[in-house]
Amino acid sequence: MSTPTRTPTGAPEHLTGPGSGGVGDDAQRPDGVLKVRGEFAYGSDLWMEDMLWGVTLRSPHPYARIRSVDTSAALATPGVSAVLTSDDVPGEKVYGLELADQPVLALDVVRYQGEPVALVAADHPETARLAAARIHVDYDVLEPVTDARTALGHPTWNQVHDSTAEVTELSRESAHLHPEGNLVRHLKVRTGDPAPTADVVVVGEYEVGMQDQAFLGPEAGLAVPAEDGGVELHVATQWLHVDQKQICSALALPPEQVRLTLAGVGGAFGGREDLSMHVHACLLALRTGRPVKMSYNREESFFGHVHRHPATMRYEHGATRDGELVYVKAAIYFDGGAYASSTPAVVGNGGTMGIGPYVVPNVHVDCYGAYTNNPPCGAMRGFGSVQTAFAYESQMDALAAELDMDPVELRCRNAMEEGSATPTGQVIDSPAPVVELLRRLEAMPLPARSGDGEVDLRDMPGGVSNTTHGEGVRRGVGYAVAYKNVAFSEGYDDHSTARVRLEVVGGEPTATVHTAAAEVGQGLVTVEQQIARTELGVERVVVHPKDTSVGSAGSTSASRQTYVTGGAVKAACEKVREQLVARAERLVGRTVPDLRLAGGAVVSDSEDITVPLADLLGDDVLEETLEWRHRPTEAIDPETGQGFAHVQYAFSAHRAVVDVDTELGLVKVVEMACTQDVGKAINPQAVVGQIQGGTAQGLGLAVMEEILIQDGKVRNPSFTDYLIPTILDMPPMRIEVLEYADPHAPYGLRGVGEAPNISSGPAVLAAIRAATGLPLTRVPVRPEHITGT
Amino acid sequence: MDFLQPVTWAEALEAKAAHPDAVPIAGGTDVMVGLNFGHLRPALLLDLTRIADLRDWQVADGAVRLGAGVSYARVISELGDRLPGLAMASRTIGSPQIRNRGTVAGNLATASPAGDAHPALLAAGSEVEVASARGTRRIPIDDFYTGVKRTAMDDDELIAAVHVAPPSGPQQYSKIGTRNAMVIAVAAFGLALHPDRRAVGTGIGSAAPTPRRAPAAEEFLAGELDSSGLWESRAELPEATIARFGELVAAAAAPIDDVRGSAPYRVHALSVMARRALSWAWADYRSANQEA
Ligand SMILES: Cc1cc2nc3c(=O)[nH]c(=O)nc-3n(C[C@H](O)[C@H](O)[C@H](O)COP(=O)(O)OP(=O)(O)OC[C@H]3O[C@@H](n4cnc5c(N)ncnc54)[C@H](O)[C@@H]3O)c2cc1C
Repeated sequence: MSTPTRTPTGAPEHLTGPGSGGVGDDAQRPDGVLKVRGEFAYGSDLWMEDMLWGVTLRSPHPYARIRSVDTSAALATPGVSAVLTSDDVPGEKVYGLELADQPVLALDVVRYQGEPVALVAADHPETARLAAARIHVDYDVLEPVTDARTALGHPTWNQVHDSTAEVTELSRESAHLHPEGNLVRHLKVRTGDPAPTADVVVVGEYEVGMQDQAFLGPEAGLAVPAEDGGVELHVATQWLHVDQKQICSALALPPEQVRLTLAGVGGAFGGREDLSMHVHACLLALRTGRPVKMSYNREESFFGHVHRHPATMRYEHGATRDGELVYVKAAIYFDGGAYASSTPAVVGNGGTMGIGPYVVPNVHVDCYGAYTNNPPCGAMRGFGSVQTAFAYESQMDALAAELDMDPVELRCRNAMEEGSATPTGQVIDSPAPVVELLRRLEAMPLPARSGDGEVDLRDMPGGVSNTTHGEGVRRGVGYAVAYKNVAFSEGYDDHSTARVRLEVVGGEPTATVHTAAAEVGQGLVTVEQQIARTELGVERVVVHPKDTSVGSAGSTSASRQTYVTGGAVKAACEKVREQLVARAERLVGRTVPDLRLAGGAVVSDSEDITVPLADLLGDDVLEETLEWRHRPTEAIDPETGQGFAHVQYAFSAHRAVVDVDTELGLVKVVEMACTQDVGKAINPQAVVGQIQGGTAQGLGLAVMEEILIQDGKVRNPSFTDYLIPTILDMPPMRIEVLEYADPHAPYGLRGVGEAPNISSGPAVLAAIRAATGLPLTRVPVRPEHITGT
Repeated sequence: MDFLQPVTWAEALEAKAAHPDAVPIAGGTDVMVGLNFGHLRPALLLDLTRIADLRDWQVADGAVRLGAGVSYARVISELGDRLPGLAMASRTIGSPQIRNRGTVAGNLATASPAGDAHPALLAAGSEVEVASARGTRRIPIDDFYTGVKRTAMDDDELIAAVHVAPPSGPQQYSKIGTRNAMVIAVAAFGLALHPDRRAVGTGIGSAAPTPRRAPAAEEFLAGELDSSGLWESRAELPEATIARFGELVAAAAAPIDDVRGSAPYRVHALSVMARRALSWAWADYRSANQEA
């Protein structure tokens, strides 16, 4: 087994400074200074002379039939150029990432609060908003279906394990929200003995609330009509080509006539994988013949993108007295809301990895995704694995308590390792250092207790709100470990395209990397530069704007871009390098086996050869474009869930230390520690940043972040009441990054972004349980759950 | 939307008299939120930030006259000793940016039941100085809040200042929020001990339609301190007295369930905050004696 080559610990300032800017260095981000200075242009900063403003009229009802829409008063408003409804959609009137089930503009029924019904373009946003308010929609309001299990006809947990439930579930559903019924996907995992027994059995029911991506830059874009009858769309998004495909279908235009360019993206976390204003702005631009800008405000943003699926879960764990897992049974329900979005793939992840990174001989998992009239849910960092981790890690703690065993010991005893089989029958064929991640956490020193001597309120639960000076405060420590697939799974043709050009500019060899991979803040543009520097031995690397004039890079999601687009850039660079080496050999007149690129030249270590690239290239431009794929995965068996579903797994573990004011139910997370295996840290500073950010987002779900829904309506669509962690909520971290190379991946790297988002929340929950002695089976934990009031 | 920017107080009062529907704007931390959400569409904004006088505070007859334009950040840095309860409340408000812009007068005029200045002002005992082209009057803080986000001010009036009596004893302020900073109160409690008047002041936030005091709790505690000679002896407070005080504070609340918290939690939290605030204030009172 490979050994860790470096273990950066603590804050980024302890990491090495920028080297040559190649792979493994803390290369500086090209967008960093602009962003810190507030000079970076985001989608909402797009501007053109003569542009119009588009706004969206949305349904106030979670479920209603539309009797009629009267746009005449809106159209008559001075300054208004167009008012559009579904009648004005020239192509397919429904779209979707995996299933085309979501109307571009409402057809005869609205299925969630906030569903787009009509569009207005006007010369001023205020005029457009006023006009939108004058559109008269006559609704026949219907009773919404607001619970996933009710939607599927499984209202009680007993029915879940009733063997007839599977066959009759469709007939027992409540009102059908879609023609095929309310079931989006049911995934089954079946291995081993179907009726196992064990010495010790622990059963638990868990619930995870609806989390929002809460990216800081709301949805925005600018559509510009083109002379060829097509449209150019500048938009903040995660996957230009999947947008393009859906836009083409709605507009009935070929891809050549729908050209997309990435606008500045202010965070994504999955929330920009589905379309928002894309088709709407294009429709308005094509209708008016003018550029149209659409830019949501924070409130509209809460209705403008999908959220993390809320989940209800029931788990049963059986183990021997020695703490060896015998079986796990689980029923997992994801509320997909009104439209499918990526629910099928979320169910895929939730089901296949739903018992955590443990070896269990007998597994019986049913994972369901349901339609309801709640807001549509889809991709969010952690993608189906965040929810189940709360359940399976809580179960591991409950089992440890039942066995009177140390919770870390129990986890280590059952941990996966390289060569283990997953419940889906896949043998893990690269390092899986679950035990080491946990043991390293355990070995880290614990933070000192506050409260001895002078009280610093900022260290107390409640902070400067001055609610305790130590009264009622109890400390707790909790551990959690998790794993998640990297890249797209279940047989998806997951690829990326890179075009790499090398030429001499002003005497200096300059590489240009052109991919359509969305930079959403994670730092992919830096990684692209680093790879080109390392592979081509040049310093100056230009990242071409991201657009659809090059082939698809796939989505900036599933922790996949450094792996897949990084792999594509590396491969394209290698082809350029082959050409250079061939040229150099022609120049020296023979084959030199160890020619390589370094310092802007072709060099040999064995012979005294240095051919500057500038001389080799002259005025020539070398360019290579290629599509790159990771090893194929395969669809899983529909009855047993067996198959090689995932190309790679990422592993991380957290230890959380919390102080809880047990009388007031307030929580202060004192420290988060994380260990993660990243295979190879392409940019160590960026890796640490991903771990810190993912940890904060997981902590947020554990203690505060929830979109509150009542009768299908969102009660807190603003940052006043949708709370995300502040600097006083997110503590300092201890981080250890392990680098066990995955032999199947470029540079041995592993996707980084999601794993720390998965293990952090369950560790916080475990720590709160340890501090309070309460079972706490729902997140976010609210003060009321702790005080019992 | 029109925008007026008077540079003197007299001009501001004239403008308000001429346009009673004009919306004054100070720090803008409530007004701009209203504009952005479309809840507020005033025909006229009256900017008060150019009036230099409003940004002053003075001490007159021992009491602080806090000009309407003084920011929370300045209350914290300049008036921590003279207005301890209000400074503690100010520290809990928003973020550094909000504390740099936001004013106590803005908090008063918004009159949200969750406004953090209110419990501190109620507990300390204060008067709001309001003015119009017709003249100036002082409204006792107890009469200022008349309903949910409603005040005793007339349409043509502006807040000139707040007058707060000097502290004769310790003050405390506690606020519950579901995160550790930048949060609207789920429930808040202000306490002031007034040994000079042998009285106790309280203020409850976010737990009734308006900010309010807990008179029964104040009378109970003042009575106990009096009858047991505790003002003079500065002896330890009996646990039962502290507990009873907490119960009476909680009983004065009339909260609702909302997205921020349940009514029963608010009642519970108030009793805990009241007990703790009293024990801290009393400890301060006792140690002040040792120092003396
Ligand atoms: C991010 C954020 C966090 C916040 N956190 C808190 C918090 O923790 N606690 C809290 O209590 N509040 C909080 N607030 C609300 C707000 O900051 C406070 O209410 C603040 O006191 C308002 O003061 P201002 O000077 O900004 O008022 P403005 O927004 O300028 O005005 C508020 C109201 O007062 C009126 N007004 C202003 N000055 C006068 C005057 N001289 N005479 C008459 N009327 C006047 C205005 O017309 C308006 O109705 C927060 C707001 C934001 C945006």
